[in-house]
Amino acid sequence: MALSKVWVHAEKTETGVAPISLEMLAKAREIADTVEVFTAGDGAAIAEEVGAHGATKVHATGDLSGKLLGAHVGAALAAAIEAGDGPDLVMLGTTQDGRDIGARLSVKLDKPVLTNNVEVEVADGIVVSTPIFGGTQIVKTKFSAGGTAIALFRPKSFVAEPSGGAAAEVAALDVPDCGAAGAAKVNNHHVEETSGPKLDEAAVVVSGGRGLGEAGKFEMIEELAKLLKGAPGASRAIVDAGWVPYSYQVGQTGKVVKPTVYIAAGISGATQHMVGMKGSKNIIAINKDPEAPIFGIADLGVVGDVHKVLPKLLDALKAR
Amino acid sequence: MNIVVCVKQIPDPADPGALDADHTLKRDGKLILDESDSYGVEMALQLVDKAGSGEVTLVSMAPNSEVSGLRTALAMGAAKAILVSDDALKGAGALDTAKVLAAAISRVEGADLVLAATESSDGYTGTVPEQIAAILDLPSITFAKSVEIADGTVKVQRQTEAGYDECEAPLPALVSVTAGVVEPRYPSFKGIMAAKSKPVDNVTVADLGIDAAIVGWAGAGQEIVDVSAAPEREAGEVIEDDGEAHLKIVEFLDGLKVL
Repeated sequence: MALSKVWVHAEKTETGVAPISLEMLAKAREIADTVEVFTAGDGAAIAEEVGAHGATKVHATGDLSGKLLGAHVGAALAAAIEAGDGPDLVMLGTTQDGRDIGARLSVKLDKPVLTNNVEVEVADGIVVSTPIFGGTQIVKTKFSAGGTAIALFRPKSFVAEPSGGAAAEVAALDVPDCGAAGAAKVNNHHVEETSGPKLDEAAVVVSGGRGLGEAGKFEMIEELAKLLKGAPGASRAIVDAGWVPYSYQVGQTGKVVKPTVYIAAGISGATQHMVGMKGSKNIIAINKDPEAPIFGIADLGVVGDVHKVLPKLLDALKAR
Repeated sequence: MNIVVCVKQIPDPADPGALDADHTLKRDGKLILDESDSYGVEMALQLVDKAGSGEVTLVSMAPNSEVSGLRTALAMGAAKAILVSDDALKGAGALDTAKVLAAAISRVEGADLVLAATESSDGYTGTVPEQIAAILDLPSITFAKSVEIADGTVKVQRQTEAGYDECEAPLPALVSVTAGVVEPRYPSFKGIMAAKSKPVDNVTVADLGIDAAIVGWAGAGQEIVDVSAAPEREAGEVIEDDGEAHLKIVEFLDGLKVL
Protein backbone atom coordinates (compact mmCIF):
# COMPACT_ATOMS: atom_id res chain seq x y z
CA MET A 1 0.00 0.00 0.00
CA ALA A 2 1.33 3.39 -0.89
CA LEU A 3 0.18 6.82 0.10
CA SER A 4 -1.29 8.96 -2.59
CA LYS A 5 0.51 12.19 -1.66
CA VAL A 6 3.26 13.33 0.71
CA TRP A 7 4.43 16.88 1.35
CA VAL A 8 8.01 17.46 2.48
CA HIS A 9 9.26 20.67 4.07
CA ALA A 10 12.00 22.05 1.83
CA GLU A 11 14.16 23.84 4.36
CA LYS A 12 16.67 26.28 2.94
CA THR A 13 20.30 26.95 3.71
CA GLU A 14 22.46 29.77 2.31
CA THR A 15 23.36 27.55 -0.62
CA GLY A 16 20.20 25.63 -1.44
CA VAL A 17 18.03 22.93 0.09
CA ALA A 18 19.01 21.52 3.49
CA PRO A 19 20.28 17.90 3.50
CA ILE A 20 17.45 16.82 5.86
CA SER A 21 14.89 17.81 3.21
CA LEU A 22 16.63 15.83 0.46
CA GLU A 23 16.86 12.85 2.82
CA MET A 24 13.11 12.99 3.47
CA LEU A 25 12.42 13.30 -0.27
CA ALA A 26 14.20 9.99 -0.86
CA LYS A 27 11.96 8.32 1.72
CA ALA A 28 8.83 10.07 0.46
CA ARG A 29 9.41 8.65 -3.03
CA GLU A 30 9.41 5.15 -1.55
CA ILE A 31 6.07 5.50 0.20
CA ALA A 32 3.99 7.82 -1.98
CA ASP A 33 2.77 8.11 -5.56
CA THR A 34 3.08 11.90 -5.57
CA VAL A 35 5.78 13.81 -3.75
CA GLU A 36 5.63 17.58 -3.40
CA VAL A 37 7.45 20.11 -1.24
CA PHE A 38 6.44 23.31 0.52
CA THR A 39 8.82 26.10 1.37
CA ALA A 40 8.92 29.51 2.96
CA GLY A 41 9.85 32.30 0.56
CA ASP A 42 10.74 31.84 -3.07
CA GLY A 43 9.99 28.51 -4.78
CA ALA A 44 11.71 29.02 -8.13
CA ALA A 45 15.17 29.11 -6.57
CA ILE A 46 14.90 25.51 -5.39
CA ALA A 47 12.60 24.05 -8.08
CA GLU A 48 15.46 22.38 -9.92
CA GLU A 49 17.11 20.89 -6.83
CA VAL A 50 13.94 19.43 -5.31
CA GLY A 51 12.85 18.28 -8.77
CA ALA A 52 16.08 16.33 -9.13
CA HIS A 53 15.14 14.61 -5.86
CA GLY A 54 11.68 13.62 -7.00
CA ALA A 55 9.37 16.49 -6.08
CA THR A 56 6.95 17.46 -8.82
CA LYS A 57 5.66 20.63 -7.22
CA VAL A 58 6.93 23.40 -4.92
CA HIS A 59 4.25 25.10 -2.84
CA ALA A 60 5.93 28.39 -1.94
CA THR A 61 4.63 31.07 0.43
CA GLY A 62 6.55 33.88 -1.26
CA ASP A 63 8.20 36.65 0.77
CA LEU A 64 7.27 36.59 4.47
CA SER A 65 9.03 39.92 5.14
CA GLY A 66 11.31 38.60 7.85
CA LYS A 67 8.58 36.96 9.93
CA LEU A 68 9.41 33.79 11.84
CA LEU A 69 8.11 30.83 9.87
CA GLY A 70 6.11 28.75 12.38
CA ALA A 71 2.82 30.61 12.55
CA HIS A 72 2.73 31.62 8.88
CA VAL A 73 3.74 28.38 7.21
CA GLY A 74 1.67 26.38 9.71
CA ALA A 75 -1.44 28.44 8.93
CA ALA A 76 -0.80 28.28 5.18
CA LEU A 77 -0.51 24.49 5.25
CA ALA A 78 -3.63 24.16 7.39
CA ALA A 79 -5.60 26.34 4.95
CA ALA A 80 -4.44 24.28 1.96
CA ILE A 81 -5.28 21.02 3.73
CA GLU A 82 -8.69 22.25 4.84
CA ALA A 83 -9.39 23.32 1.24
CA GLY A 84 -9.06 19.66 0.28
CA ASP A 85 -5.72 19.79 -1.48
CA GLY A 86 -3.87 18.13 1.37
CA PRO A 87 -1.46 15.20 1.50
CA ASP A 88 -1.75 12.03 3.56
CA LEU A 89 1.45 12.90 5.35
CA VAL A 90 3.46 16.07 6.02
CA MET A 91 7.14 15.38 6.66
CA LEU A 92 9.37 17.92 8.41
CA GLY A 93 12.83 17.79 9.93
CA THR A 94 13.32 17.79 13.69
CA THR A 95 14.87 21.25 13.35
CA GLN A 96 14.01 24.61 14.89
CA ASP A 97 11.71 25.69 12.07
CA GLY A 98 10.44 22.15 11.46
CA ARG A 99 9.23 21.91 15.03
CA ASP A 100 7.62 25.36 14.97
CA ILE A 101 5.75 24.69 11.73
CA GLY A 102 4.70 21.16 12.75
CA ALA A 103 3.47 22.40 16.13
CA ARG A 104 1.44 25.27 14.69
CA LEU A 105 -0.02 22.99 12.01
CA SER A 106 -0.99 20.38 14.58
CA VAL A 107 -3.03 22.90 16.56
CA LYS A 108 -4.69 24.30 13.44
CA LEU A 109 -5.72 20.81 12.31
CA ASP A 110 -6.22 19.50 15.86
CA LYS A 111 -4.09 16.46 14.98
CA PRO A 112 -1.05 15.09 16.78
CA VAL A 113 2.48 15.78 15.56
CA LEU A 114 5.01 13.02 16.22
CA THR A 115 8.63 14.10 16.50
CA ASN A 116 12.13 12.60 16.51
CA ASN A 117 11.24 9.81 14.12
CA VAL A 118 13.87 7.79 12.31
CA GLU A 119 11.64 5.66 10.06
CA VAL A 120 8.16 5.62 8.52
CA GLU A 121 6.27 2.65 7.14
CA VAL A 122 2.95 2.40 5.40
CA ALA A 123 1.03 -0.77 6.01
CA ASP A 124 -2.22 -0.67 7.93
CA GLY A 125 -1.90 3.10 8.28
CA ILE A 126 1.13 5.33 8.72
CA VAL A 127 3.54 4.06 11.37
CA VAL A 128 6.61 5.98 12.56
CA SER A 129 9.56 4.74 14.63
CA THR A 130 11.03 6.84 17.43
CA PRO A 131 14.08 6.08 19.56
CA ILE A 132 13.55 6.53 23.31
CA PHE A 133 15.77 6.20 26.39
CA GLY A 134 18.83 7.42 24.50
CA GLY A 135 18.15 5.19 21.52
CA THR A 136 18.10 1.91 23.45
CA GLN A 137 14.48 1.22 22.55
CA ILE A 138 12.35 1.95 19.51
CA VAL A 139 8.67 2.86 19.77
CA LYS A 140 6.40 2.39 16.77
CA THR A 141 3.38 4.65 16.71
CA LYS A 142 0.45 4.61 14.33
CA PHE A 143 -1.48 7.75 13.40
CA SER A 144 -5.06 6.88 14.25
CA ALA A 145 -6.80 10.25 14.02
CA GLY A 146 -7.45 10.08 10.27
CA GLY A 147 -6.82 12.98 7.91
CA THR A 148 -3.34 14.37 7.42
CA ALA A 149 -0.56 12.90 9.55
CA ILE A 150 2.26 15.21 10.71
CA ALA A 151 5.66 13.70 11.42
CA LEU A 152 9.09 15.16 12.16
CA PHE A 153 12.23 13.20 11.32
CA ARG A 154 15.71 13.34 12.78
CA PRO A 155 18.47 14.31 10.35
CA LYS A 156 20.39 11.40 8.78
CA SER A 157 17.53 8.95 9.19
CA PHE A 158 17.43 8.40 5.42
CA VAL A 159 19.98 8.64 2.63
CA ALA A 160 19.43 11.40 0.08
CA GLU A 161 19.52 10.19 -3.49
CA PRO A 162 18.70 12.15 -6.66
CA SER A 163 16.01 10.60 -8.83
CA GLY A 164 16.84 12.62 -11.93
CA GLY A 165 13.48 14.37 -12.09
CA ALA A 166 12.79 17.59 -13.97
CA ALA A 167 12.44 20.94 -12.24
CA ALA A 168 9.37 21.04 -10.02
CA GLU A 169 6.39 23.18 -10.94
CA VAL A 170 6.08 26.25 -8.68
CA ALA A 171 2.69 26.92 -7.07
CA ALA A 172 1.60 29.61 -4.62
CA LEU A 173 0.93 28.58 -1.02
CA ASP A 174 -1.39 31.29 0.26
CA VAL A 175 -0.68 32.57 3.76
CA PRO A 176 -3.72 33.67 5.74
CA ASP A 177 -3.52 36.71 8.02
CA CYS A 178 -2.03 35.41 11.27
CA GLY A 179 -2.78 38.49 13.38
CA ALA A 180 -0.91 38.77 16.67
CA ALA A 181 0.29 35.17 16.49
CA GLY A 182 2.33 35.99 13.40
CA ALA A 183 4.05 39.08 14.77
CA ALA A 184 7.44 37.57 15.69
CA LYS A 185 10.14 38.64 13.27
CA VAL A 186 13.82 38.30 12.53
CA ASN A 187 15.86 41.51 12.42
CA ASN A 188 19.32 40.11 11.76
CA HIS A 189 21.06 36.84 10.94
CA HIS A 190 24.41 36.01 12.55
CA VAL A 191 26.45 33.23 11.02
CA GLU A 192 29.20 31.80 13.20
CA GLU A 193 32.21 31.41 10.96
CA THR A 194 33.73 27.95 10.92
CA SER A 195 36.51 26.64 8.76
CA GLY A 196 36.84 23.09 7.51
CA PRO A 197 34.03 20.63 6.82
CA LYS A 198 30.60 21.00 8.41
CA LEU A 199 29.99 19.05 11.60
CA ASP A 200 27.11 17.02 10.20
CA GLU A 201 28.86 16.30 6.89
CA ALA A 202 32.45 15.62 7.99
CA ALA A 203 34.00 12.16 7.56
CA VAL A 204 35.81 12.61 10.88
CA VAL A 205 34.35 14.24 13.98
CA VAL A 206 36.39 14.94 17.11
CA SER A 207 34.29 15.91 20.14
CA GLY A 208 35.29 17.15 23.53
CA GLY A 209 33.45 17.05 26.84
CA ARG A 210 33.67 18.02 30.48
CA GLY A 211 36.72 15.77 30.93
CA LEU A 212 38.81 18.43 29.18
CA GLY A 213 38.63 20.33 32.45
CA GLU A 214 38.63 23.88 31.09
CA ALA A 215 37.53 25.84 28.03
CA GLY A 216 41.11 26.51 26.85
CA LYS A 217 41.75 22.79 26.40
CA PHE A 218 39.19 22.65 23.60
CA GLU A 219 42.03 23.86 21.38
CA MET A 220 43.35 20.30 21.43
CA ILE A 221 40.05 19.09 19.99
CA GLU A 222 40.17 21.70 17.23
CA GLU A 223 43.76 20.88 16.40
CA LEU A 224 43.06 17.15 16.20
CA ALA A 225 39.99 17.74 14.04
CA LYS A 226 42.07 19.88 11.70
CA LEU A 227 44.84 17.29 11.42
CA LEU A 228 42.26 14.65 10.51
CA LYS A 229 40.47 17.01 8.09
CA GLY A 230 37.41 16.68 10.27
CA ALA A 231 35.11 18.87 12.30
CA PRO A 232 35.18 19.62 16.03
CA GLY A 233 32.10 18.81 18.11
CA ALA A 234 31.06 19.01 21.74
CA SER A 235 28.89 17.47 24.42
CA ARG A 236 25.97 19.42 25.80
CA ALA A 237 27.78 19.92 29.11
CA ILE A 238 30.46 22.18 27.66
CA VAL A 239 28.03 24.00 25.39
CA ASP A 240 25.86 24.81 28.43
CA ALA A 241 29.02 25.88 30.25
CA GLY A 242 29.68 28.36 27.44
CA TRP A 243 33.01 26.88 26.28
CA VAL A 244 31.86 26.51 22.67
CA PRO A 245 28.80 27.67 20.69
CA TYR A 246 25.66 25.57 20.35
CA SER A 247 26.49 24.90 16.69
CA TYR A 248 29.16 22.46 17.99
CA GLN A 249 26.72 20.37 19.99
CA VAL A 250 26.27 16.70 19.12
CA GLY A 251 23.31 14.92 20.64
CA GLN A 252 19.59 14.73 21.16
CA THR A 253 19.51 18.51 21.18
CA GLY A 254 22.16 19.48 18.68
CA LYS A 255 23.42 17.71 15.61
CA VAL A 256 23.12 14.09 14.58
CA VAL A 257 26.40 12.89 13.10
CA LYS A 258 27.31 9.66 11.33
CA PRO A 259 30.95 10.08 10.31
CA THR A 260 33.42 7.35 9.34
CA VAL A 261 35.29 8.05 12.57
CA TYR A 262 33.99 9.67 15.74
CA ILE A 263 36.49 10.48 18.47
CA ALA A 264 35.00 11.27 21.89
CA ALA A 265 37.54 12.84 24.24
CA GLY A 266 36.58 13.42 27.85
CA ILE A 267 32.95 12.53 27.15
CA SER A 268 31.33 10.02 29.49
CA GLY A 269 28.46 9.22 27.14
CA ALA A 270 25.22 10.59 28.56
CA THR A 271 22.24 9.19 26.62
CA GLN A 272 21.66 12.79 25.52
CA HIS A 273 24.98 12.65 23.66
CA MET A 274 24.98 9.05 22.47
CA VAL A 275 21.71 9.38 20.57
CA GLY A 276 23.43 11.92 18.32
CA MET A 277 26.54 9.89 17.48
CA LYS A 278 25.92 6.18 17.95
CA GLY A 279 25.30 5.82 14.22
CA SER A 280 28.98 6.62 13.52
CA LYS A 281 30.79 3.87 11.60
CA ASN A 282 33.75 3.78 14.00
CA ILE A 283 33.96 5.22 17.49
CA ILE A 284 37.11 5.94 19.48
CA ALA A 285 36.66 7.02 23.09
CA ILE A 286 39.19 8.43 25.53
CA ASN A 287 38.04 8.78 29.13
CA LYS A 288 39.63 8.27 32.49
CA ASP A 289 36.57 6.55 34.00
CA PRO A 290 36.59 2.86 32.98
CA GLU A 291 32.87 2.72 33.83
CA ALA A 292 31.94 5.51 31.39
CA PRO A 293 28.96 4.42 29.23
CA ILE A 294 30.76 5.60 26.10
CA PHE A 295 33.02 2.52 26.31
CA GLY A 296 29.93 0.35 25.81
CA ILE A 297 29.64 1.52 22.20
CA ALA A 298 33.27 2.35 21.34
CA ASP A 299 35.21 0.26 18.83
CA LEU A 300 38.41 1.41 20.48
CA GLY A 301 38.26 2.61 24.06
CA VAL A 302 41.22 4.16 25.83
CA VAL A 303 40.96 4.40 29.60
CA GLY A 304 43.28 7.30 30.23
CA ASP A 305 43.70 11.00 30.84
CA VAL A 306 42.85 13.12 27.79
CA HIS A 307 45.50 15.61 28.92
CA LYS A 308 48.16 12.94 28.44
CA VAL A 309 46.79 10.98 25.48
CA LEU A 310 45.74 13.89 23.23
CA PRO A 311 49.09 15.79 23.22
CA LYS A 312 50.95 12.60 22.33
CA LEU A 313 48.40 11.75 19.65
CA LEU A 314 48.74 15.25 18.16
CA ASP A 315 52.54 14.96 18.11
CA ALA A 316 52.41 11.50 16.54
CA LEU A 317 50.05 12.69 13.79
CA LYS A 318 52.10 15.82 13.13
CA ALA A 319 55.25 13.73 12.80
CA ARG A 320 53.80 11.72 9.93
CA MET B 1 5.96 42.12 34.49
CA ASN B 2 4.03 38.91 35.10
CA ILE B 3 5.61 35.79 33.71
CA VAL B 4 4.27 32.25 33.51
CA VAL B 5 6.82 29.45 33.32
CA CYS B 6 5.88 25.96 32.15
CA VAL B 7 7.74 23.37 34.19
CA LYS B 8 7.76 19.60 33.92
CA GLN B 9 8.30 17.22 36.79
CA ILE B 10 10.07 14.13 35.52
CA PRO B 11 11.53 10.89 36.85
CA ASP B 12 15.18 11.42 37.83
CA PRO B 13 17.16 11.09 34.55
CA ALA B 14 19.95 9.43 36.55
CA ASP B 15 17.66 6.43 37.10
CA PRO B 16 17.06 4.09 34.18
CA GLY B 17 13.72 4.93 32.54
CA ALA B 18 11.00 2.33 32.10
CA LEU B 19 7.61 2.01 30.48
CA ASP B 20 4.38 0.86 32.06
CA ALA B 21 2.37 -1.93 30.45
CA ASP B 22 0.36 0.65 28.49
CA HIS B 23 3.61 2.07 27.05
CA THR B 24 3.47 5.31 29.02
CA LEU B 25 6.58 6.41 30.90
CA LYS B 26 6.74 5.11 34.47
CA ARG B 27 6.15 8.19 36.58
CA ASP B 28 4.97 6.70 39.85
CA GLY B 29 8.19 7.32 41.77
CA LYS B 30 9.41 10.67 43.02
CA LEU B 31 9.47 13.30 40.31
CA ILE B 32 11.97 16.14 40.15
CA LEU B 33 12.10 19.47 38.36
CA ASP B 34 13.38 18.91 34.82
CA GLU B 35 16.77 20.62 34.80
CA SER B 36 15.90 22.08 31.39
CA ASP B 37 13.14 24.06 33.09
CA SER B 38 15.39 25.61 35.71
CA TYR B 39 16.71 27.97 33.01
CA GLY B 40 13.23 29.32 32.24
CA VAL B 41 12.51 29.79 35.93
CA GLU B 42 15.77 31.70 36.44
CA MET B 43 15.21 33.80 33.30
CA ALA B 44 11.71 34.71 34.50
CA LEU B 45 12.95 35.68 37.97
CA GLN B 46 15.63 37.91 36.46
CA LEU B 47 13.20 39.59 34.04
CA VAL B 48 10.68 40.31 36.81
CA ASP B 49 13.48 41.60 39.00
CA LYS B 50 14.66 43.92 36.25
CA ALA B 51 11.12 45.18 35.61
CA GLY B 52 10.84 46.03 39.29
CA SER B 53 7.35 44.58 39.75
CA GLY B 54 5.26 41.53 39.00
CA GLU B 55 5.68 37.86 39.79
CA VAL B 56 6.48 34.45 38.39
CA THR B 57 3.75 31.80 38.21
CA LEU B 58 4.49 28.17 37.43
CA VAL B 59 2.21 25.82 35.52
CA SER B 60 2.75 22.09 35.47
CA MET B 61 0.95 18.89 34.60
CA ALA B 62 1.85 15.77 36.58
CA PRO B 63 0.27 12.60 37.94
CA ASN B 64 -0.64 12.03 41.60
CA SER B 65 -0.65 15.73 42.51
CA GLU B 66 3.14 15.62 42.48
CA VAL B 67 4.66 18.85 43.76
CA SER B 68 8.30 18.11 44.63
CA GLY B 69 9.63 19.57 41.38
CA LEU B 70 7.34 22.58 41.76
CA ARG B 71 8.66 23.17 45.29
CA THR B 72 12.18 23.37 43.85
CA ALA B 73 11.12 26.10 41.42
CA LEU B 74 9.12 27.88 44.15
CA ALA B 75 12.22 27.74 46.34
CA MET B 76 14.16 29.47 43.57
CA GLY B 77 11.72 32.36 43.89
CA ALA B 78 8.53 31.75 41.89
CA ALA B 79 5.48 33.13 43.70
CA LYS B 80 2.87 30.45 43.07
CA ALA B 81 1.93 27.47 40.94
CA ILE B 82 -0.95 25.86 39.13
CA LEU B 83 -0.73 22.08 38.99
CA VAL B 84 -3.00 20.06 36.72
CA SER B 85 -3.26 16.50 37.93
CA ASP B 86 -5.91 14.12 36.65
CA ASP B 87 -6.03 10.39 35.89
CA ALA B 88 -7.74 11.27 32.61
CA LEU B 89 -4.42 12.70 31.40
CA LYS B 90 -2.58 9.38 31.36
CA GLY B 91 -1.29 8.86 27.83
CA ALA B 92 -1.60 12.55 26.93
CA GLY B 93 0.50 13.43 23.90
CA ALA B 94 2.19 16.75 23.16
CA LEU B 95 -0.96 18.38 21.74
CA ASP B 96 -3.09 17.29 24.72
CA THR B 97 -0.43 18.59 27.10
CA ALA B 98 -0.37 21.91 25.26
CA LYS B 99 -4.18 22.19 25.52
CA VAL B 100 -4.06 21.57 29.26
CA LEU B 101 -1.15 23.93 29.93
CA ALA B 102 -2.70 26.64 27.74
CA ALA B 103 -5.93 26.41 29.74
CA ALA B 104 -3.94 26.64 32.98
CA ILE B 105 -2.00 29.66 31.69
CA SER B 106 -5.31 31.35 30.83
CA ARG B 107 -6.16 31.31 34.56
CA VAL B 108 -3.22 33.60 35.27
CA GLU B 109 -4.39 37.17 34.93
CA GLY B 110 -2.26 39.73 33.15
CA ALA B 111 0.52 37.42 31.96
CA ASP B 112 2.96 39.37 29.77
CA LEU B 113 5.23 36.50 28.86
CA VAL B 114 5.14 32.71 28.85
CA LEU B 115 8.47 30.89 29.13
CA ALA B 116 9.20 27.20 28.60
CA ALA B 117 12.21 25.02 27.88
CA THR B 118 12.78 24.07 24.25
CA GLU B 119 12.05 20.46 25.11
CA SER B 120 11.69 18.21 28.14
CA SER B 121 14.49 15.81 29.04
CA ASP B 122 12.23 12.75 28.99
CA GLY B 123 9.70 13.11 26.18
CA TYR B 124 11.80 15.56 24.13
CA THR B 125 9.14 16.28 21.52
CA GLY B 126 10.05 19.98 21.49
CA THR B 127 6.62 20.98 20.19
CA VAL B 128 4.61 21.82 23.33
CA PRO B 129 5.73 25.48 23.73
CA GLU B 130 4.87 26.35 20.12
CA GLN B 131 1.57 24.47 20.41
CA ILE B 132 0.70 26.47 23.52
CA ALA B 133 1.44 29.68 21.61
CA ALA B 134 -0.81 28.52 18.76
CA ILE B 135 -3.69 27.70 21.14
CA LEU B 136 -3.37 31.03 22.96
CA ASP B 137 -2.89 32.88 19.65
CA LEU B 138 0.41 34.35 20.82
CA PRO B 139 3.51 35.21 18.81
CA SER B 140 6.40 32.96 19.74
CA ILE B 141 10.16 32.74 19.49
CA THR B 142 11.70 29.35 20.17
CA PHE B 143 15.30 28.36 21.01
CA ALA B 144 16.25 31.57 22.80
CA LYS B 145 19.84 31.91 23.96
CA SER B 146 19.25 35.39 25.35
CA VAL B 147 16.06 37.24 26.32
CA GLU B 148 15.52 40.95 26.99
CA ILE B 149 12.39 42.99 27.46
CA ALA B 150 12.00 46.66 26.62
CA ASP B 151 9.02 48.86 25.72
CA GLY B 152 6.48 46.05 25.45
CA THR B 153 8.72 44.01 23.18
CA VAL B 154 10.69 40.85 23.86
CA LYS B 155 14.03 40.70 22.08
CA VAL B 156 15.58 37.31 21.64
CA GLN B 157 18.73 35.81 20.20
CA ARG B 158 17.39 32.65 18.63
CA GLN B 159 19.74 29.76 18.00
CA THR B 160 19.90 28.56 14.42
CA GLU B 161 21.82 25.79 12.71
CA ALA B 162 24.41 28.30 11.48
CA GLY B 163 24.58 30.75 14.39
CA TYR B 164 21.78 32.88 15.75
CA ASP B 165 19.07 35.29 14.63
CA GLU B 166 18.14 38.53 16.38
CA CYS B 167 14.35 38.31 16.76
CA GLU B 168 11.61 40.27 18.45
CA ALA B 169 7.92 40.00 19.22
CA PRO B 170 5.36 42.28 20.86
CA LEU B 171 4.09 41.22 24.31
CA PRO B 172 2.25 39.14 25.30
CA ALA B 173 4.36 36.41 23.73
CA LEU B 174 5.80 32.97 24.34
CA VAL B 175 9.53 32.25 24.34
CA SER B 176 11.23 28.87 24.69
CA VAL B 177 14.72 29.00 26.18
CA THR B 178 17.72 26.74 25.71
CA ALA B 179 19.89 25.44 28.51
CA GLY B 180 22.65 27.95 29.10
CA VAL B 181 20.49 31.05 28.59
CA VAL B 182 21.23 31.96 32.21
CA GLU B 183 22.88 30.22 35.15
CA PRO B 184 20.08 28.89 37.40
CA ARG B 185 20.46 29.80 41.08
CA TYR B 186 20.48 27.20 43.81
CA PRO B 187 17.54 27.57 46.17
CA SER B 188 18.64 29.12 49.47
CA PHE B 189 17.60 27.64 52.80
CA LYS B 190 15.28 30.59 53.27
CA GLY B 191 13.83 29.96 49.81
CA ILE B 192 13.25 26.29 50.57
CA MET B 193 11.45 27.14 53.80
CA ALA B 194 9.35 29.84 52.13
CA ALA B 195 8.41 27.47 49.27
CA LYS B 196 6.58 25.16 51.67
CA SER B 197 3.87 27.72 52.24
CA LYS B 198 3.59 29.16 48.73
CA PRO B 199 0.22 28.50 47.08
CA VAL B 200 -0.15 25.57 44.68
CA ASP B 201 -3.54 25.52 42.98
CA ASN B 202 -4.25 21.85 42.29
CA VAL B 203 -6.83 21.55 39.50
CA THR B 204 -8.42 18.83 37.38
CA VAL B 205 -9.21 18.73 33.69
CA ALA B 206 -12.84 19.52 34.48
CA ASP B 207 -11.78 22.58 36.53
CA LEU B 208 -10.08 23.88 33.37
CA GLY B 209 -13.25 23.37 31.36
CA ILE B 210 -11.65 20.70 29.18
CA ASP B 211 -13.59 17.63 28.09
CA ALA B 212 -11.68 14.61 29.41
CA ALA B 213 -12.60 12.74 26.23
CA ILE B 214 -10.27 14.89 24.12
CA VAL B 215 -7.12 14.50 26.20
CA GLY B 216 -5.15 11.46 27.36
CA TRP B 217 -5.33 8.17 25.50
CA ALA B 218 -8.91 8.92 24.51
CA GLY B 219 -7.99 11.89 22.37
CA ALA B 220 -4.39 11.19 21.48
CA GLY B 221 -4.99 10.37 17.81
CA GLN B 222 -2.03 8.04 17.99
CA GLU B 223 -1.60 4.44 18.99
CA ILE B 224 1.60 2.71 20.07
CA VAL B 225 1.81 -0.54 18.14
CA ASP B 226 5.22 -1.82 19.21
CA VAL B 227 8.10 -1.19 21.60
CA SER B 228 11.32 -3.11 21.06
CA ALA B 229 15.00 -2.99 21.90
CA ALA B 230 17.09 -1.08 19.37
CA PRO B 231 19.85 -3.05 17.66
CA GLU B 232 22.78 -2.86 20.05
CA ARG B 233 26.17 -1.60 19.13
CA GLU B 234 28.88 -3.99 20.26
CA ALA B 235 31.65 -2.67 22.44
CA GLY B 236 35.08 -3.17 20.88
CA GLU B 237 38.49 -3.27 22.46
CA VAL B 238 39.10 -1.26 25.62
CA ILE B 239 42.72 -0.63 26.62
CA GLU B 240 44.31 1.06 29.61
CA ASP B 241 46.66 3.93 28.72
CA ASP B 242 50.17 2.80 29.55
CA GLY B 243 51.68 5.90 27.99
CA GLU B 244 51.53 4.40 24.49
CA ALA B 245 47.76 4.36 23.87
CA HIS B 246 48.09 7.14 21.30
CA LEU B 247 49.98 4.71 19.02
CA LYS B 248 47.05 2.33 19.20
CA ILE B 249 44.75 5.17 18.09
CA VAL B 250 47.08 6.01 15.17
CA GLU B 251 47.10 2.35 14.17
CA PHE B 252 43.29 2.21 14.34
CA LEU B 253 42.97 5.35 12.19
CA ASP B 254 45.51 3.93 9.75
CA GLY B 255 43.43 0.79 9.39
CA LEU B 256 40.45 2.94 8.42
CA LYS B 257 42.56 4.83 5.89
CA VAL B 258 41.54 8.24 7.22
CA LEU B 259 45.13 9.45 7.64
